[in-house]
Amino acid sequence: MRRVRIAIAATGSLAVASIALTACNRNPNPPPSTAQVYSKLPGGPRTLPAAAASPADDGNWVMPGKDYAATRFSGLTEINPANVKDLSLAFTFSTGTNKGFEAPPLVVNGTMYIVTPFPNYLYALDLTKPGAPAKWTFKPKPAAASQGVACCDVVNRGAVYDDGKIFFNTLDGQTFAVDANSGQMVWRTKLGDIQKGETVTMAPLVAAGKVLVGNSGGEMGVRGWIAALDEGSGKLAWKAYNTGPDKDVLIGPDFHPFYAMDQGQDLGVKSWPPDAWKIGGGNVWGWISYDPETRMIFHGTGNPGPWNPDQRPGANKWTTGVFARDVDTGKARWFYQSTPHDLFDHDDINEIILADMPWGKGRRPVLLRPARDGFFYVQDRRTGQVLSATPFGYVNAYKGVDLKTGQIIPNHDKDPKVGRVVRDICPAAPGLKDWNPAAFSPVTGLVYIPHNNLCMDFGAMQANYISGTPYVGADVKMYAGPGGNRGVFTAWDPIRHRAVWEIKEDLPLWSPALVTAGGIVFYGTMDGWFKAVDARNGKQLWQFKAGSGIIAQPISYKGPDGRQYIAVICGVGGWSGAIVSGQMDPRDPTGALGFANAMKDLPMKSTTGGMLYVFAVKR
Amino acid sequence: MSSRSSASLLLIVAFPLAVSACDREEHHSRAKPVGETVPSGESPQTIFPGSSSPPPLDVRAKLYDNNANAISQGQQLYMQMNCVGCHSHGGGGMGPPLMDDEWRYGSRIDQIATTIAEGRPNGMPAWRGKLTEDQIWDLAAYVRSMSGLPSKDAVSSRAEEMSGPTPQTLTPKPEPTNSDAVPSQ
Repeated sequence: MRRVRIAIAATGSLAVASIALTACNRNPNPPPSTAQVYSKLPGGPRTLPAAAASPADDGNWVMPGKDYAATRFSGLTEINPANVKDLSLAFTFSTGTNKGFEAPPLVVNGTMYIVTPFPNYLYALDLTKPGAPAKWTFKPKPAAASQGVACCDVVNRGAVYDDGKIFFNTLDGQTFAVDANSGQMVWRTKLGDIQKGETVTMAPLVAAGKVLVGNSGGEMGVRGWIAALDEGSGKLAWKAYNTGPDKDVLIGPDFHPFYAMDQGQDLGVKSWPPDAWKIGGGNVWGWISYDPETRMIFHGTGNPGPWNPDQRPGANKWTTGVFARDVDTGKARWFYQSTPHDLFDHDDINEIILADMPWGKGRRPVLLRPARDGFFYVQDRRTGQVLSATPFGYVNAYKGVDLKTGQIIPNHDKDPKVGRVVRDICPAAPGLKDWNPAAFSPVTGLVYIPHNNLCMDFGAMQANYISGTPYVGADVKMYAGPGGNRGVFTAWDPIRHRAVWEIKEDLPLWSPALVTAGGIVFYGTMDGWFKAVDARNGKQLWQFKAGSGIIAQPISYKGPDGRQYIAVICGVGGWSGAIVSGQMDPRDPTGALGFANAMKDLPMKSTTGGMLYVFAVKR
Repeated sequence: MSSRSSASLLLIVAFPLAVSACDREEHHSRAKPVGETVPSGESPQTIFPGSSSPPPLDVRAKLYDNNANAISQGQQLYMQMNCVGCHSHGGGGMGPPLMDDEWRYGSRIDQIATTIAEGRPNGMPAWRGKLTEDQIWDLAAYVRSMSGLPSKDAVSSRAEEMSGPTPQTLTPKPEPTNSDAVPSQ
């Protein structure tokens, strides 16, 4: 008895001590949110990031999106349009990989963390020492066979830091928590099964004590899900499927979709041919945002399988749409299907920026979504109501979005049919914009969108389902859209629904964007140019040629010396760069699901190789 | 040149063509059965300690390699079994390209058959037990034909797909070819 009492007393005093510590750490005047910092700038009311989801910049970069609002906005100002021309290399680091590198580095209090494509090494670099030497390397040793079921190169989209741990996923479907100081594993949980063709490539999000993870495999007939693991233990808290009966999708009395098309019972079964939902896709391989104010997460769902639409008549719920879910329970609050019965592999998994937009006399909480189908969606965050949907590039596969019904208006001339080839479908399968996120600046109020300008020929044919093999049923050939340039960088005004400026790029843009309070936008190209442009007018201010094409996200952080740094990792690959990273033969136009045809010149413009580059302005 | 000599020239040219045409169409449905296994398929590039040469080609290779029937059967299986999903029409994607002249595990038909039957550690599935031995050899014959290694008179002049590469009879061979194909001196 006595021993127990002592134990309780000890625990009690520990708890008191930790509370006291927290209290000591807490600043009596907490730093303002990004929204507060920029709300008073001249120029009238502007769109601001959701206040609760965007704390003011502390100089770290702890998650790919920078903050829960997914702004990819750095509040640092040392580097500006006047001195950016003096940016020069501070240090480099070879990642030891030659596959597509999509992940941003993370920076936490003087240490940089890098997660690589398969075999998913996690490096920690010491930023306090000259040349940033490695502190440790963690090797998760994912199953080699997972490389054979990853649709579009063996990429990884990043790690996330929270509460002393680094969290990341491995290609073979495991989630790891690693101690950020020691590099020792804290826990691992296996959610994916490569025998079914299931992989995990997305960056997890840590919110409200949960590690949120989703699967890939929309080209392998894998049923999509999102799961929450307990941050401390790695134990499964909840798992929601995106096809099938309501109980699997975690649809209950709290579910209130705005439009009639998304209302009804068990639509995840009824909107499919019998049992097709079991192999129907709707994967969560992209981005998740979180609004701490309402404790809601927002995530998109991937394409239905197979690509051949004739094999799955119906709306194919809940694929190619957006879910709002309760972070604690996973229960669905609302859903909006951007492209019911998707015809073109237009996954809806792109980033979702949480913003508060001037509306009448006040502000409206919205989602900003530059989507794969080519429309820039502004939606009410509370209900999913579409406030506007405007194409941000050339689109001929759809005629618009009916704001009364929420329905996208198809162009039936472009409907694929088994046994015929439909030509000149724009945007092509990777969409007007694929996974690589835009950045949002509260200084300019603009969304900076790196994207594609690709069209395609699509020949549908019968697909056989054999678990662990592709389930596609389409021969595709992609090529440049109108104008001949395959990429575009667009600065988009979400209030006026128009482009403010754009930069035509020869190759598709596969790198995410970074925007800084200093007024500079950074992005990379697939032939290895890392560019800095003026956020106001798109004028190019600086560029650097990396050793390989850039498809990863640049970040900005404050080093231990108090200076502002810009970091980016090169390493061509991904779906668009598979022709190089997969050493493909360019004579077959249908290679890499048809992307090879659009990228025949890439082997002459970039070789493989992962390398970190970090820049600062010389003093 | 007299008309008689040109006629005999034609005969000389036509005779070997006719012979090879018979070979390529041969269906060996009544042939004497050969062993019911797919061989282990070592690569000629492999080091064989204590000997100077790689093991001889599997006896069944000649029944399938360069055989139009086997190649066309394999071409259909290639689509039906979803090989096309990973390797596309030879250009590759999730899996390596097959129409080029680089062979990770050997270019001999018996080695290709082994790869299909047993799988490979970086993601190639193992099809033993899912396909018959005959189907595996048919597939191996087609896969080998993609690289342009068999003669053009055995391959199909039409593609199985709607929107793919040029037919195999028109696809140029890559130069230079892999050292597998170079006879040793």
